[in-house]
Amino acid sequence: MAEKLYLYPKWVRLWHALNAIFILLLIITGISMQFSKPEFGFIRFDIAVSIHNIAGMLLTANYLLFLTGNFFTSNGKYYKLTLKGLFQRLTKQFIYYTIGIFRHEKPPFPVTKERKFNPLQQFTYVAAMYVLVPIVFITGWALLYPEVLFTKVLGASGLKVNDFIHVIVGFFLSFFLFVHVYFCTIGATFVSNFKSMITGYHESH
Amino acid sequence: MHKNLFPLSNVITKGMTVMVFFLLITSFQLDDKTKKTFKNAESNEFCFKCHGQSKYSYNNTESGHHVFKKMYSEAIVDRDLFYESNHRQFKCTDCHPEDYDTFPHPGRLRMETKYLCIDCHGGDPKYAKFNFEKIESEFQESVHSTKHSQDFTCWMCHNPHTYKISTRSQEKIKDIVAYDNAICLNCHADITKYQLLTDKVIPNIVRKHEWLPNQALHFKNVRCIECHAMVNDSILVGHNIKPKSKAVKRCVECHSTNSLLMASLYKFKVQEGRSKAGFYNGVIMNESYVIGANRNYYLGILSLLMFGFVFAGIAIHATMRIIKRKNNG
Repeated sequence: MAEKLYLYPKWVRLWHALNAIFILLLIITGISMQFSKPEFGFIRFDIAVSIHNIAGMLLTANYLLFLTGNFFTSNGKYYKLTLKGLFQRLTKQFIYYTIGIFRHEKPPFPVTKERKFNPLQQFTYVAAMYVLVPIVFITGWALLYPEVLFTKVLGASGLKVNDFIHVIVGFFLSFFLFVHVYFCTIGATFVSNFKSMITGYHESH
Repeated sequence: MHKNLFPLSNVITKGMTVMVFFLLITSFQLDDKTKKTFKNAESNEFCFKCHGQSKYSYNNTESGHHVFKKMYSEAIVDRDLFYESNHRQFKCTDCHPEDYDTFPHPGRLRMETKYLCIDCHGGDPKYAKFNFEKIESEFQESVHSTKHSQDFTCWMCHNPHTYKISTRSQEKIKDIVAYDNAICLNCHADITKYQLLTDKVIPNIVRKHEWLPNQALHFKNVRCIECHAMVNDSILVGHNIKPKSKAVKRCVECHSTNSLLMASLYKFKVQEGRSKAGFYNGVIMNESYVIGANRNYYLGILSLLMFGFVFAGIAIHATMRIIKRKNNG
C-alpha cells in the first residue's frame, strides 16, 4: 500500500497550476513569434503578441505569489540548496535515473516531509525559479517598454543583448518544461505525480 | 499743459514704433559663411527681406507713408530651412518668374504655373539614380492622384523650399521616420489642410490604428508608407499610396525573416544582405528590434538541436522503461 504524504498545500497547487498555464502559453506563443513566416502562421502574429504580453505579466504576478508563499511558509525550505556534497548527491541521483531505475533499485533520496525534492529536482527547480524565470520576465518587461529602458538606461545596443537573453532563457525554460513533465511520469504510477498536484498528496512507491 | 504734452508723447511713441520695426526688418544680416557657401544667397536676400519673416514693409507712394504689413503665412519661406534643403543652391528666380524682381509684384504672377519635380528632374542623367520618371508614374497611380484633382501635386508633400533628402542620408532611421511621417501628418493630422482637398471628415489616426499592437512604438519606428505605399524595386521610396483597404495589415509581412522593411525602410541601409552567417536582417538590428525579423541563424539551429536532444533523451528513457517493465512481466 502506497504511503500518502500531504506535501502540496492549496496555495502551492494554485500557483503551480497558474504557472503551468502561463508558461505553456508563453512557450507556444513565443515559438510562434520567433519562427513567424508570412506563408505559415501558427498563431496569428498580433494575437500571439497579445497573449504573450498578457501571460508574461500574469506570470510575473504569479511569481510574486510564489516568492511571498516561500517567504512566509515552510515551503521555502525545500528550495534551500546545501552546497556541501551537492555534486555527489546530483551524481547519485543522475546515476539512479540513468541506471538504477531500470534495475528497480530504491530511489537514493526518497520523498519525505523534510525532503520534497531529490537533489536533481531541487537543483533544477532552484535554477528555474530563482534564476531563469526572473531573467525571462525582467527581460520580457524590458522588451515591452524598450523606450524607457534602452534609450534612457542602456542605450540602443542593450536591446539586442536583452532580446538574445530573453530568447535563450525562454528556450531553456522550454527544455526544463519538457523534462519536468516527462519526469513526472516517474512516480508510484504513471499518473500519480500529476494527481498529486491536484489533490496535494504525494504517493510513494 | 496736458494739451501740449499729448501730441509730443504721440510723436515719441510713433517714432519709437518705427524704430523698433526698422530694427526688426534690418536686424537680419546675412553672415559671411552663408554668403560663401550659397552662391545665390545675396541675390536671394532681396526676396527673403520680405518673405523670410512674418512682416514686411514698403513705402506707399500714394500716401507717402511707410507701411508695415503681415506676410501671408503661405508666402513665408524659412531662410534656415531653405539653406538646408535640396534646392539650397538655387536662385529664387530659377523657379519663379524674373518679374518678381519688381515690387509691388505684378498681379498676373499669382497665376504662375509652378514647376513640378519631373519638369526639372525628368530625363536628366544626373538624377537618373532617383528615377523620377518612375516616381511620377507611381504617383499618378496613387490615391493622392486618382482621388484628387490636379491640385494635388508633388508640393503637397515635398515643400520645394524646405524639402531635404532623408532616406539616402546617413541619418538615424528614427530621424528618417520622424521626418517622413511629419510629411503625411502635415495634412492627415491638420483638418484645415486636409479639407483643402476633400470634403471628408479627417480620420482620427490613433483610433484608426487601434488594432496595431504597441501603436506608439510602431509610429516612432516605421513610416506610414511602410504599410500604405506599394514597395517598388526600382525606386527607394514608394510613391504609390494604396487605398486603405490594401494597406498592409498582416504583422508577419514585417515580423519575419523575409521582412517587408528590408525592401522599404531599410532598403538603403541593407548591406549585409540575408546572409545566413549570423543575424538575419542585421541592418534592422542596428537600430531597432523587430520580433520575428531579427533572428540569429545559429541560435535557431542550436535551439532546434537542443530540442532534438531533449526529445531524443526523453524518448530513449521512456522506451527503456517500457521495455524493462515488459521484461519484468
